[in-house]
Amino acid sequence: MKNQPFKIAIASGKGGTGKTTVAVNLHHFLAAEIPESIMLVDCDVEEPNDLLFYPDAEKTGQEEVTRLVPEIRTEACTFCRKCVDYCEFNALVVIPPVEFAEVNKELCHSCGACSVACEYGAIVEKPEPIGSIATYRSQEGAELMEGTLKVGSAMQTMLIRSLKKKARGKTSLLIFDSPPGTSCPVVATVSDADYVILVTEPTPFGLYDLQLTVSMIREVGKPFGVIVNKSGLGDDGVYRYLEEEHIELLGEIPFEQAYARKYAEGALLSDIPESVAGRYHELAGKILAQREAAGHKQGVRSGYPGNGSPKR
Amino acid sequence: MIKEITILSGKGGTGKTSISAALASISSNAVFCDSDVDAADMHLLMHPEVQETHDFAGGRTAEIDPQACTGCGICMDHCRFDAISANPEGTYTIDPFQCEGCRLCERVCPEEAITSHLEMNNHWFVSRTRFGPLLHATMAAGEENSGKLVTEVRKKARDIARESGYGLIINDGPPGIGCPVIASITGTQGVLLVIEPTLSGYHDAGRVVDLVRSFEVPVWAVINKSDINETLANKIQGFLKKESIPLLATIPFDRRMVESMIHGETIMEYAPDSPPSQAIREIWGILND
Repeated sequence: MKNQPFKIAIASGKGGTGKTTVAVNLHHFLAAEIPESIMLVDCDVEEPNDLLFYPDAEKTGQEEVTRLVPEIRTEACTFCRKCVDYCEFNALVVIPPVEFAEVNKELCHSCGACSVACEYGAIVEKPEPIGSIATYRSQEGAELMEGTLKVGSAMQTMLIRSLKKKARGKTSLLIFDSPPGTSCPVVATVSDADYVILVTEPTPFGLYDLQLTVSMIREVGKPFGVIVNKSGLGDDGVYRYLEEEHIELLGEIPFEQAYARKYAEGALLSDIPESVAGRYHELAGKILAQREAAGHKQGVRSGYPGNGSPKR
Repeated sequence: MIKEITILSGKGGTGKTSISAALASISSNAVFCDSDVDAADMHLLMHPEVQETHDFAGGRTAEIDPQACTGCGICMDHCRFDAISANPEGTYTIDPFQCEGCRLCERVCPEEAITSHLEMNNHWFVSRTRFGPLLHATMAAGEENSGKLVTEVRKKARDIARESGYGLIINDGPPGIGCPVIASITGTQGVLLVIEPTLSGYHDAGRVVDLVRSFEVPVWAVINKSDINETLANKIQGFLKKESIPLLATIPFDRRMVESMIHGETIMEYAPDSPPSQAIREIWGILND
């Protein structure tokens, strides 16, 4: 039995609330607390930004991710249309009278049903790139992994799954920076997390999107807490909601124009203001307590004593 | 001819919805469409009065009957989405959140122990607002097919525009560059990019430009919260120039943008003489030309 890393996902319904800021800072402050290495995994494959905050990071590996797309060999095809019946996504067009058979790649989900359907070996699946996964190490030793969706590809969820599979077993603590929203790419990111941090802002848009996200996280059944970023900028709706729903407020990060400027420049990790550092220090402590409570400690998982070294 | 414009940004939180709603409040001849279907916020400023509600089918989700499962594992071998795992009891289970809804497991199961059902928890609405008709939607958590839902609401927006003689459709688009974004670009007459002067905003806008260009759709840009970082704002201006993308306006950061949202109003209503409102009037003049 392999050791499972402790996995934290950072999500938000609304975009631009500060997921990346929290992810990058949490990575930094956790690293100061524990001896094991921590990997930050940028699951926002449509618009990955974590790396922008590590200008000195060096690439340590890269690989292309492909998906399988079917092609119909018309010379072997009997135009029986069984593949069309099997395809749930209307990606196949077969017109028997004119012996026409074609795959619409845009609609194909690469599930493989058509190749199982075909009894004549007329369907061949060929790899097609959907993006890439790269690993990086910063001068300070921070480990990063980033997925980048190929522009024009609609296979973001598949790339996120490949990325997470790749990250598993790399370190004993993983931080997943999620894409915005509440639909399938976000669920793919949080689905195997041990704890979810939701980042919101105290505005009506922030509140409404937080409510959507909370119902999604509750449905997936994950423990979670909320960080209110840019506090002082809006109203108290978010706070009232958290109280009514008995949701843990993990911390507040005040809105400061000077800090917003540093984010803008990608300089989040240099000269962190005392007020902000204190909040993240506290947050790191809370996350480690969550890990402890879940039975993860120094790579040892309760129930598997003696299997202490976090290998593979 | 009806002109349809989609507002995009790549990065979330740059101000797409606030700007879309502000444009809505000046127009008198437009239909509005909230194409950010999984975190739709436009209704918070537009206060729609719902007139029609429609259901929209999401994906399918498969389920294994543990009584009928013999534990052969054929389903798991065929699933490409890692949605099926073995139980300690020797049978198999499907994780509904990993399930893609392709039904292959259902077809290969020799015991016919697997069934699937359509998720019907998505809805879209045709509403009346003080600015004109609004098309908007709500999606169930973790739902697929957001691209298809965008296509559906946009289609209805065009029907309404045609039937009632509106000349313009404004789509508030989703963040990112994935399937719902692709669905919000195809067939539009232009994309308005809302860029914030941060490294992330700049990086993300570049990827959206690449995507929009592949559809050969014209692009315009505005820089929002332009005074957060002037160095980056200048860099973005240089990028736009190089790409021959017209910069329609720069909108300075203004707390009244947030205050107007809290009041449930657009910036044009809340602070008509503020610098953001003036900039939005300029944008409107050019877009409506």
